[in-house]
Amino acid sequence: MRPIARLLLVPAVGSLFLWMIVPLAMTIYFSVIRYNLMEPGEHAFVGLENFRYFVTDPSFGTAIVNTLLLLGSVIAITVVLGVLIALLVNEPFPGQGIVRVLLISPFFVMPTVNALLWKHMMMNPIYGVLSQVWRAVGATPIDWLSDWPLLSVIIMVAWQWLPFAILIFITSLQGMNREQLEAARMDGATWLQQFRFLVLPHLARSIAVVVMIEMIFLLSVFAEISTTTAGGPGDASTNIAYLIFKQALLGFDVGVASAGALFAVLLANIAAAFLIRLVGKNMDR
Amino acid sequence: MTRNTLPVLGLTLAVSLGVSAPLAANATDIVVATVNNGHMIEMQKLTHFFEQANPDIHVKWVTLEEGVLRQRATTDIATQGGQFDVMTIGMLETPIWGKKGWLQEIKPDAAYDIDDLLPAIRNGLSSGGKLYAAPFYGESSMLMYRKDLADKAGVKFGDRPTWDQVRDAAAKMGDPKNGVYGICLRGKPGWGDNMAFLTTLVNAFGGQWFDMSWKPQLESKPWHDAITFYVDLLKKSGPPGSSANSFNEILALYNEGKCGMWVDATIAASFITDPKQSKVADKVAFAQAPSQVTAKGANWLWAWALAVPASTKNAAAAQKFVNWATSKAYIQLVAKEEGWAHVPTGTRKSTYANADFQKAAVFAAAEKAAIDSANPLDSTLPKSPYTGVQFATIPEFQSIGVTVGQQMSAALAGKETVDAALKASQVAADREMKKAGYYK
Repeated sequence: MRPIARLLLVPAVGSLFLWMIVPLAMTIYFSVIRYNLMEPGEHAFVGLENFRYFVTDPSFGTAIVNTLLLLGSVIAITVVLGVLIALLVNEPFPGQGIVRVLLISPFFVMPTVNALLWKHMMMNPIYGVLSQVWRAVGATPIDWLSDWPLLSVIIMVAWQWLPFAILIFITSLQGMNREQLEAARMDGATWLQQFRFLVLPHLARSIAVVVMIEMIFLLSVFAEISTTTAGGPGDASTNIAYLIFKQALLGFDVGVASAGALFAVLLANIAAAFLIRLVGKNMDR
Repeated sequence: MTRNTLPVLGLTLAVSLGVSAPLAANATDIVVATVNNGHMIEMQKLTHFFEQANPDIHVKWVTLEEGVLRQRATTDIATQGGQFDVMTIGMLETPIWGKKGWLQEIKPDAAYDIDDLLPAIRNGLSSGGKLYAAPFYGESSMLMYRKDLADKAGVKFGDRPTWDQVRDAAAKMGDPKNGVYGICLRGKPGWGDNMAFLTTLVNAFGGQWFDMSWKPQLESKPWHDAITFYVDLLKKSGPPGSSANSFNEILALYNEGKCGMWVDATIAASFITDPKQSKVADKVAFAQAPSQVTAKGANWLWAWALAVPASTKNAAAAQKFVNWATSKAYIQLVAKEEGWAHVPTGTRKSTYANADFQKAAVFAAAEKAAIDSANPLDSTLPKSPYTGVQFATIPEFQSIGVTVGQQMSAALAGKETVDAALKASQVAADREMKKAGYYK
């Protein structure tokens, strides 16, 4: 590139770089000093002490497992169900517009409201809708939040993110080549064969987009956990975000919170590398 | 409209804006950070009375949810950000921040009658004898039971029953097949949720959070007895899903008539006796929170109060506002505008002495007795190094409280044995106290 062009790019690239590097550098700095808001005084350099404290928390291993379980389950549910539902509403039918709007609306509900609605209206074992359904068929209602806390959180988050996946897939399906599908049908391809060889490869790119965006946001799921189970019972529904909150933010310990945040960055990068490789392989085909 | 009207209108608008701007510019702006509960929403509605009486002060409100408010206020005051001139804080923060010199002492005028404040509340908001936050709402906890179910089961409660009596009563009063549970208690993890209640239970069984050398006592006999009692009681006589229930959830259950007894905040009484929201409004009776080995610390103490950070630039205006919002005159104002059933309770002796208030609030006498009997300076049977009834007034408590709360919730849900939960809690508390440097 000509030098003048490079020079003109400097302000934009430079400000983006600063935007990224300043918070990162500050977080790294805070993670190696002793800094608690409630203890004014010297901020001594303590090396990896904060990291050691964060990693030796008895709930640390469970939190990582829960984070990955939450991530994987919600992505799997939203992608699979999203593709199926998008295919369902792809062909025109009376009321298609309204149905599409209704399908997309859960995404606009605030996470806290979403969680509370599920907790009180649906999952409450005494007066919730699900318990009424269970009783109607003669079974004992399930105590969702006590017996299946992580599953309950997964259900809440998946319900909220399914519309996002549906929206992306509907848009992608709209852009499919109709003539190609017609040709395949005339050649005698079944619906399953059309799906596997024409529709799915076309959707590969949007599936990649959905997976990547959801991964970024689902790593920091907090509101649903905090309003319903508060990470419990025990640490059954504690993820890394909630662990950082419980350990560090509640104690106003900036040092340990920064160490935890860097762990979350590490986890995110590992998950991202794995997923990009998985999806990248599909896209090259 | 004629051709001339529009320019004339425009000119008038410009002139009036120009005239009012200097007036507004002279006013001091104070920023008040507050929690989004009913009493505060009321106060925002009535702010214009204050501004009329003090034309040189303009109040800006920042309303936040409790957890967010606590985070923002603590961060601001610890870093001396100076964002807020008045902060709404509770009994956990006030003594800690007062001792650190982060808050200004509350200096009310003569008409305030500072001795009218309930002594327990005043002690809880002071450090070294100085008042660091002015209370606008106070509460304790008490036993609220269904008189009709008690009479049917032949159960009679004295002024303050024991937990053994409550357990026997719950077994008799409950009818789970018909959806009526003997007793409903908090179980959702949180230092202010299940641990607020469980701390008072442990106090009543003769326990404490930390001994005089600050070592956590979570594996001591009183803790073991209290938590085992709690888990057994709720398993036998409690509603399903208790490990996710806090105040709001149990309130909904109680209003539907599903709970025979409930030990929780005294303010709950105002809701369950309100015929507009409760199906059992006229069937509720009150007693003091149960004791067991001791009555010390058996009922908790909490207050929401207004404090002035030391770093504020508008100290005089802020103090004036705090004075107005927590004065006798303010309570009279709320009574006049909204009725005596809506005044903020739990702060002043004069409120409870008022006949109109007693008529509007059937729980007033029980609530006052509860608040008077709570002593944050001495609430455990063995001597403790900390103050606070249902918490320990140390900065580490929030973090320790949540972790222990999670373990207690797991024990209640049957995911862990009581001993395993207490052991894990002890390890967590020990870790936190060591990190904070209380002992090596």
